[in-house]
Order: sequence, then C-alpha cells, then structure tokens
Amino acid sequence: MTQPVLDISNLCVNYQTPKGKVQALRHIHLQVPPAKVVGLVGESGCGKSTLISAVIRLMAENAHVAEGKIQFMGLDLQAMSASELRGIRGRDISMVFQDPMTALNPVLTIGRQMVDIQYRDPLSGKKKRERAARMLERVGISDGLSRLDNYPHQFSGGMCQRITIAMALLVQPKLLIADEPTTALDATLEVQIIRLLKDLQTDFQCAILFISHHLNVIAELCDYVGVMYAGELVEKGTVRDIFHRPGHPYTRSLLECDPSVIEESTRFLPTIPGDIPSLIDLPEGCIFQDRCEKVMSVCRKTPPPAVHLAEHHTAACHFLEE
Amino acid sequence: MNRIKEIFFRLRNEPMGIFGLVLVLLVVLCAVFAPFLVTHDPNALDIVNRLAGPSSDHWMGTDQLGRDVFSRVVMGSRIAVWVALVTVSLSLGIGLVLGMMAGYGPKWMDSGLLLLFDTLRSFPTIMFALALVTVFGPSLQTVIIVIVATTFPVYGRMVRTQTQALAGNEFIVAEEAMGAGMMRVLGVHILPNIVGPLFIVASMDIPVVITIEAGLSFLGVGVRPPTPSWGAILNDGYAYIRNTPWIIIFGGIPLIVTTLGFTFLGESMRDMFDPKLRKDL
Amino acid sequence: MLFYLLKRVGLAVVIVVVAVVLLYSMIHVVPGDPASVMLGPRATPEMKQEIYERMGLDRPFVVQVASFLGNVARGNLGMDFFSERPVAEIVFKQLDETLVLVLASISWAMLLGIPLGCYSAVFRNRFSDKLVGVFSIGVIAVPSFVVALYSLLFFAVTLKWLPAIGAGESGQFLDQVQHLILPAFAIGLGWVGYIARLVRASMLEVLNENHIRRARAFGLPETTIVFHYALKLAILPTVTLLGTGIGRLISSAVFAEIVFARPGIGKLIFDSVVSRNYPLVMGAVLVSTVLFVLSTTISDSINAMLDPRVRERL
Repeated sequence: MTQPVLDISNLCVNYQTPKGKVQALRHIHLQVPPAKVVGLVGESGCGKSTLISAVIRLMAENAHVAEGKIQFMGLDLQAMSASELRGIRGRDISMVFQDPMTALNPVLTIGRQMVDIQYRDPLSGKKKRERAARMLERVGISDGLSRLDNYPHQFSGGMCQRITIAMALLVQPKLLIADEPTTALDATLEVQIIRLLKDLQTDFQCAILFISHHLNVIAELCDYVGVMYAGELVEKGTVRDIFHRPGHPYTRSLLECDPSVIEESTRFLPTIPGDIPSLIDLPEGCIFQDRCEKVMSVCRKTPPPAVHLAEHHTAACHFLEE
Repeated sequence: MNRIKEIFFRLRNEPMGIFGLVLVLLVVLCAVFAPFLVTHDPNALDIVNRLAGPSSDHWMGTDQLGRDVFSRVVMGSRIAVWVALVTVSLSLGIGLVLGMMAGYGPKWMDSGLLLLFDTLRSFPTIMFALALVTVFGPSLQTVIIVIVATTFPVYGRMVRTQTQALAGNEFIVAEEAMGAGMMRVLGVHILPNIVGPLFIVASMDIPVVITIEAGLSFLGVGVRPPTPSWGAILNDGYAYIRNTPWIIIFGGIPLIVTTLGFTFLGESMRDMFDPKLRKDL
Repeated sequence: MLFYLLKRVGLAVVIVVVAVVLLYSMIHVVPGDPASVMLGPRATPEMKQEIYERMGLDRPFVVQVASFLGNVARGNLGMDFFSERPVAEIVFKQLDETLVLVLASISWAMLLGIPLGCYSAVFRNRFSDKLVGVFSIGVIAVPSFVVALYSLLFFAVTLKWLPAIGAGESGQFLDQVQHLILPAFAIGLGWVGYIARLVRASMLEVLNENHIRRARAFGLPETTIVFHYALKLAILPTVTLLGTGIGRLISSAVFAEIVFARPGIGKLIFDSVVSRNYPLVMGAVLVSTVLFVLSTTISDSINAMLDPRVRERL
C-alpha cells in the first residue's frame, strides 16, 4: 500500500475547562490515501472539528494532544516547529471553512487575499493576479480579473464558498481539508458545490478530508467514510460498505434518520433517542451504550474492540463479534 | 451583606483591585479624619517661614504665605471627596430620571432629551466650565454645576438605552397589559435592572470628577482661596516652580494617588461584574 | 452614502445651533448684566447704555439670539471690545496653534499606542501584556495637567533639557519643535493608554474571527496577519474614539497651554474669562464646540468609509 497523505494514529485530545478535563477525542486511527476523498460524519459535538484543528494545529488555547501521532507525508506534525508547520499550511495542506461569509477578510479585496496566499511563489504580482483570476473562472466565477477587485460582501454565500475553494486549490495542496463547507448553504447550492469539489478533485488529484453531517453529501463525494460518535471513530470503511453493510448500531441509526434515505412516507422524522454522554465523566464500557437498542451487559463493562469486517472496514462493537 | 462579602471575596484574586482599594481607603480615611491628622492650621499664615523647604516642623514645606503644605494637602482631600460625592450623586439622580423619561416616555420627549444630552456633551468640559465661570463667577457651586451638567448626559443616555431595551421585554409588556402603572413598571422592574451597571460607570467617573475640580481650582476658577484644594495648592506652587519645587511635587501626589486608586478599583469591579461595559471609554 | 452624510451633517448643525442658543442665553440672561461686569463699578449709565446698544442687548431676547445666529452663520462672531478687532480673526489665529499641539499629541500617542495594543493582544495574558495593561490604566488615570506640571518641573526647570514656556520663535522650526515636545508629551501620555487598550480589545476580537483562522490555515506570516489582516479591522473603533475624544483633547490643551504659557485657543479663553471679555469667550467656546462636533461627524463618516460593508449600505 502506498504511503497515506495523512496518517492519524491513536490520537487523543483533551480540553482543560473549569468543570474538568474534557476528553474530546479518544484513540482515533484514520488514514487519508493519496488522491482519495475521506469523509467524516457525525453529530455536532462529536469531535470532527477538534480533529481537523489538531491536524493543522490551530486548536483552542485550552486544548492539547494528550497521546498519539499525526503524520503528513511521513512527517510528524506534532514534532514540527511553528515555522516548519507554517511552511506546510497553505502549501501542502489547505482548508475550506464552514461559514464562507466570515471566512474572508471583509476589508480586503478578494484579489489581495488571493495574491497574499501565493506569497511563497517567486512570481510577479501581475502573474499572481492572473493565476487567481483563472482559478476564479475555474470555480465558476466569470470575469475573474475584474471580480478580483471586489470585496467579499459583494458576493453571495455560494460565491464566497467558491472563492474559498479557489483559494484552497490555488496553492495546489496535497491535502485539502474541508470543514462542513456546505452546511451554511441551501440545498441547491450544496449540490453545486459538491459537484464542483468532485470535479476539481479529479483535475487536481489532491486528497480531501471532508467533514459533514449530511450523509448524502458524503455518499456522493467520498471514497472512504469514518463515522464519529462522542469523540470516538466508531466505524470506518468504503462508502459502499458503510452505506450498504453498516456494522455499528450508531451508523445504522444515522442512516435510518437521514431524511434522504427514508423510503416510506412517515409523519415523524425518526431520531436517535437519548443524549450524547458527558465527555468529562466517561461511562465505562461502550460509549454508545445509553442510546443503543441492542445494549447487553458486556457493553456496560468493557469497551468494544475494533472488529475487522472487510478490507478497510472496521467497527467497534461487541455485537459484531458473534 | 452577602453581596458585599462576595465583592471582597472576589477582590482577593485581583491584585490591582486590592491596590486600588487600599489607595481609596487611604484617601477616604484621610478625608474623614483630616482634622486629627493636620499638624498646623491649614490657613494659618506664617510670613517669616514662607516658601520654606520640608523640615521636621513642616513635613512638606510651606507655601508663599507660610502655610503648612502638609496640612493643606490633608484638608484638600475633604474637598476632593466632597465634590466627588455630591456631583456623582446629583448626576446619577438627574441622569436616572431624565433617562427613564426619554426611554419610557413619548417619542417627542425622547428626541428632545436626546438632543439635550448630545448638546451638553458637545461642549469640551473645560471650555464649558470657563464659560460658566464668566457668568456665575468662580466658586465651589459653579464647579459642581459644571461637572453635573457635563456628566449627567452620559448617564442619561445610558439609562435611556437600557430602559428602552427593558421596556420591550415580555414580562414588562405583560405587566402593562395587566394594568400596571408607569411608576410601578419603572420602579419595580426597570430601576433595579439598570442600577448595577450605572453604579460601576459612576464609580469610574469619580477620578474624572476629582480631576475636573482640581483642574478648575488650578486655573484659579474653582474653589475660592483660602480653601485648601489640591488644585489650588498646585496653582500656588506653579507660581514658585523655579525656586520651591516641593509645593508642586507634594500637591500633585495626592491627586495621582486618588485618581489611580479609584481607577484601579473601578476597573477591577467592572471586570468582575460587567466585563462588556464601556470598554471603549 | 450621500444620504448618510447629509443626515449626519444635519444632526451636527442642529446640535451646534442648540449649543449656540444655550450658550448665548446663559451669558445674557443670568444675573449680573455683562455691561456692568465688563466696565466695573465706576461705569456711568451713559457708558452702560452705549455698550448695551453696541451689543444689541436692548432688543428682545429672541431677536438677539436670531441675529447672533445669523452673524455666526456669516462667520461674524462679533467684535472684541478691548482691541476692536473681529473675534473670528483673533480666535482663528489662535486655533492654528492649538491644532498643531493637538495633532502632535495625538500623533505620538497613536505611534506608540497602536503597536503597544497589538503587542498586548498577540501576547495576551502574558506578564508583558498585564504590564502594558497596568501602564495604560495608570496613564489614563493621571490628570494631564499634573503630567504637564511634573514634566515642566523635571525636564525644563530642573534638568533644563527643553525650553519651559512659549511656542518658540516663529519661523525657527527647530525651536518651535523643541517647545512642542513637553506639552505634546503631557497631552498625549493618557492617550497612549487609551489607544493601547482600545486596540488590544478590538484586536483580540478580530483575531478570533473566522477569516483570521483561515489566514493562519494558509500559513500567512504572523506579521502579515496582525498588521495587514487584523489591524485594518481593529483600527475602526479607534477612529471613532479619536473623534469623540477631541473634546477631551481640547480640554487638556487648555491646561498645557496655560502651564507652558503657549499661545492657543485654550489660553485665549482663559485670558478672556479672567478679563471678562464676553465676546471673546463666546467666540472661542463656540469655535471649539464646532470643532468638536465637526470632528465627531468626520470620524463617524471616516469610520463608515473605511469599512466597505458599511460604505455599501449607505
């Protein structure tokens, strides 16, 4: 197997809060292979955003990596100095953020911002502008050269997201991290942005780590999927495996609750009963025990092992061992 | 009582606040016990010993009339504290009443009062003070009028904004629907909710007020001689700055101590109770 | 945009008119009529009558105010009794001196305060940040005229590094600059604290915004992020503060001008208060009020123009 672009092994992240230590991520193993799209799905607060903050090391001040390793192209990101890391950010790894309307500096033209991120390239300012304009046209913004002089508020939300995608790809990264890039947009725009991303990914051949809580988006875009619950990666596998042969009870509930996969008409949207457990006082045993329909006594005592179901497909559940 | 206990308890973790509190207590105690602290009659002339340097008899030397500077500085704290108390409470009272009228009353009253607030705030304080002095003549009352006239619009505006925000609240609309009178709504529901932040702002105005009084007295248009005000002492010292610098040095220190004390204390109180309040001023 | 400007200027004009009326009534309605105050106890009724007629005090009050307003609108602030020169001419001549002093003070305060605020925000909660915080509050609290007196005492009288009084020989630039240093230091010191605190607070807010996170994720150098991306946003509230602070600036200029015996509008007002020269007091207070209202209006408008989001909406 080729070396993965991103290799996360046994990652644990804690937040120090006045109420106590919050164990936001626990023992995460995840690989992103070159030129593949890996999706991460889970409810809000499950640790998806903490995970990517840890990868690019832009975590909140009270957060720290307690255990584990994050390797990018074989380099240990945790061991890097701040300036080495800055050399990787915005060149080998770039990002698209959740809310496009606030992700761009409101008082600078987008041209200025797009030229600034190319500060490492030994090109003239004019060349950089032209490159930026071409990239804008590539993401579907016509008349790129003149739009460069506009300010972010002169674009709609969907346009802004196209611009941030253009910026992210302008630096030709090996890994693109997309943090819920379509959550703030309405459904038609979401489809357009996903198609655009898919299209560009084929062209640029970069790996993408894609975060979302919309299953249909994941299904359309990704090659591999990881399912997160309360700070743990409970199941991972190919899109096919996850959607057709889900192993973990949580993944199944997620699939059942997704409005786009509900086939028979119903008056109520199904939901998963119960609440996410407190990450300060973690329960013994399985993290999903309180909301699981099939909970057994063993689930209350011992944490479930990762069960290998197929190539690339593992899930953490006692129930699967039989 | 519990509230006061809580304040002191939380203040323990704020070194800056404790420092401020100590300075403020120093000044207030000095003002209260001034008659017992002075070594001489602050207004007694001693022409033989005029402009004498600090000595064991005159700790801070004497001024151009031979008066004991230490005794004058001690008595000066009374003027400063007195002016601060009177003006801040007057401004608070006027600001509260007018602000609630603007916030709760009809639209025309709101516009009229707002214009009044903005106009009064548009005069630079000292200029306004000097203009008033031309009219009323220099006196302690003029100083108080000037300070009240320039500070109450700030409170008025603040109270108005808060009243308007509160008056739109559901619980007040419900009260009104049940026939609660204006006095009840203002007194029971609005007043208790705006008093807290208002007091913090007012406490932070105390050093400003003391500075204005001292400034006007320094210019010779404040309290009348021979009343010992810190500003007046500085004015005496200014005339003899080349030969007898100690009058200026000792006259300025209590002002610095007082303004620093009240500011540090006010800052920590604000940080403790209302961190969002008036960060810009 | 045009509508916004018109509205803002309209409000400013209303405030100035109300201020003029207020000022005029204060001086002319209160007890102790100006004529006898000005002429002293030995004035004859004829002399009083002459002053009355010259000042137009024999007309009904409303007419007086209206004609005064009309004169003010035409730039006529009346005549100075003692020198027989137009008040406007005297006031504007002094205004230049004050403006130079105020500008010098605010410039050095900004040059020091803005970097201090940025530094504090970037290294927030470290010891040096707390030190800057205590320094800022300290210099804000200390009255500017005490700073003026102490710096006069130490730097001019004791150490003799800088000249003590006056504004310097006109035409001799270096001499004028030397005379400017101490008063500008006294006025500006508190503003260093104000500006540093304000820049720190708004900088902290901006540095937490999403687009700064994105800029960091693109690996932009920290200096670019702080000085080009964040400062441009964080500076907006400072501009407003400067506008509304002009009143306080002029007030401290009064003290600085008196302590250092510099010509200027503050000294002018003070001298005319002492000599009870009503027309000059009126004129000078009026001009400084207009200056204050004007600067508030301008700073609001600049603020609106610096922010493209606001600019668009107007």
